Amino acid sequence: MQNETRTRLIKKGAIWGFILFELAFFSIAGSYLSLSESAFMDVDNMLLLLKQSAPIGIIALGMTIIMINGNIDLSVGATYALAAIVMLDSMTWPVFAGLGDWVIPVSWILALLTGVVLGAVNGLIVWKTGVDAFIVTLGSMLGYRGLVFMYNGEEPTSQLNWTLVDFAEAQFLGLHTATWFLLAVAIGLWFVMNRTVHGRNAYAIGDNREAAVNAGIRVGPHMMINFMLIGFLAALSAAVFYSESGSVNPNDGELFELWAITAVVLGGTKLTGGSGSIVSTLGGVIAIQLLRKGLGYIGAGTETVNLVIGLILIAVLFLDRQLNIKAKGELKV
Amino acid sequence: MAGGFTKSDIGGLLAKQGILIAFVIFMIGFTVANERFLAPENIMGVVRSSAILGVMALGVTFVVISGNLDLSVGSMMSFSTIVVLDLHDKIGPELAIPAMFAMTLCLGAFIGFLVGYLKLNSLIVTLGMLSAIHGLTLTYSGGKNMDIANKGETWFAVFGQGSFLGIPVPILIFGLLAALLGMVLGKTPFGRKVYAVGGNGVAATFSGIPRARVVFTCYLLSSLCVATAGLIQASRSMGSQNTVGQGLELEVLAAVILGGASLLGGSGTIFKTIIGVLILGFIQNGLLLVGLQFYAQYVVTWVIIILAVWLDIAAKRGRLLSPIA
Repeated sequence: MQNETRTRLIKKGAIWGFILFELAFFSIAGSYLSLSESAFMDVDNMLLLLKQSAPIGIIALGMTIIMINGNIDLSVGATYALAAIVMLDSMTWPVFAGLGDWVIPVSWILALLTGVVLGAVNGLIVWKTGVDAFIVTLGSMLGYRGLVFMYNGEEPTSQLNWTLVDFAEAQFLGLHTATWFLLAVAIGLWFVMNRTVHGRNAYAIGDNREAAVNAGIRVGPHMMINFMLIGFLAALSAAVFYSESGSVNPNDGELFELWAITAVVLGGTKLTGGSGSIVSTLGGVIAIQLLRKGLGYIGAGTETVNLVIGLILIAVLFLDRQLNIKAKGELKV
Repeated sequence: MAGGFTKSDIGGLLAKQGILIAFVIFMIGFTVANERFLAPENIMGVVRSSAILGVMALGVTFVVISGNLDLSVGSMMSFSTIVVLDLHDKIGPELAIPAMFAMTLCLGAFIGFLVGYLKLNSLIVTLGMLSAIHGLTLTYSGGKNMDIANKGETWFAVFGQGSFLGIPVPILIFGLLAALLGMVLGKTPFGRKVYAVGGNGVAATFSGIPRARVVFTCYLLSSLCVATAGLIQASRSMGSQNTVGQGLELEVLAAVILGGASLLGGSGTIFKTIIGVLILGFIQNGLLLVGLQFYAQYVVTWVIIILAVWLDIAAKRGRLLSPIA
């Protein structure tokens, strides 16, 4: 029993320990290797880091609840791109010409609605056909990306609204707008997963679907809600990011699903469902962004980031398995 | 194993041959819509451009039947393309090709070791390797495009651009490899072990089948196919970007699933995978010929993948909608 508690503590603390290690490593290595004058742990640098974590971070938080539920969503990158296009394009629609700056909330709502609908389509297919979520979202990843390209061809969609840019670049209490959205989503999802019936049922379904069904939990609607949530979050992430940049390429958001899954797995959430935590995913997101920034800081190229993150992901999987074997005395098959 | 008979014979037929029926319907539909569709040069063109995807799908079929996934084939293909192009100018094609095969097989062996012997989750391992191999490729090339200096003076182009007895070499390679791997999967003890490991890993272990070694070999075969695909790609274009294979892993997987292999392992054949590859190729071509814009094929592919898998499992469980409450 005591052993089990210790294992759980190690697992929960691991990602934060890793973040501390990264901070220490890059600070020390940076003082020898970096060409930049400022220290790595500079306040502005850290604030920027949080802001840059937001796009993938918001999606990764949504991916956490999908994976706790025992599913996976590969279509988030395409949803992200489509929502971004809807947001930027709708600002120029003649229907909204008379609205002035009130077009901003309208186009945000349209973008978020796009995300919810795309998520609902995924959820409905998974629910009603019984096809595995991996296959369903693999298909819709292609399909949604096709819609992105059909919308505006290979041209970028651009629309800069300076009111919106000011909003996206604003800092409140030192934190950027994007960071506030990341934190708000984290708190919101933490509440949903830990304090509501839906959250409890989502854990139960991911842990043992048959038992959940026998306990009278309706599996389908819960999966559907989670898919709508992640669609909403992918769209929110796009809305926040493209409010500032104002231009979206049809290829944007590619491989986001892989980054999001990497962050979630680094945070210790199981692919098989039933366990995982929102807070740890936040840790995973920050750890990845630290690694990107840190490697850049000590002068390593972007190519090393891919290499290092890939190997870390595999190492985490290996360590996690070792911990589990010791905890359970698993049958060797 | 595949199939499983249901109440009605029609359901059983649909479950076993549904993909073949869909393929025939598609071909007829496109032929009616545009008479050029069935012209020999068009068919040859489609098969030829599907060859690279097809060669990779052959290897992934083994991996999927053994109950695992391989998401790293796309970035691995970029790696082998870049390596062989780079080495071509440095040590000549005779040495560059075996060197590239050796390096790619090492990557496959590493993944096979992690998934087979260390029993790590194949989705995460190959996801990590997707990223890691991409980093490796960029480190190797320094982020630059690779080009062969004297394109006219080398016989290297034969793999991608040559033809033998009127058949383009990529199709020949695809056909030969498919025949070979089809034999291995369907007619040898090793092939039966692959099905056993994917069908029920625990039972296979208790029957004395070395699960780890079988999975390891599947990944080795997959990387062999990837290296072959990289060779064709390099030889066809004689120059390449670092991201040439990006996203191919999911298209390959789509083809394999379309062919009816279950992601849970234990079912699928080389023949069905070839049908899956050809369906993807002909849909793309057919939609272009009937005048739809290029990207519409993505949406159509989406619908087809979902329908194919849905009808497959619907026939197996004997009802259309899932029993999920």
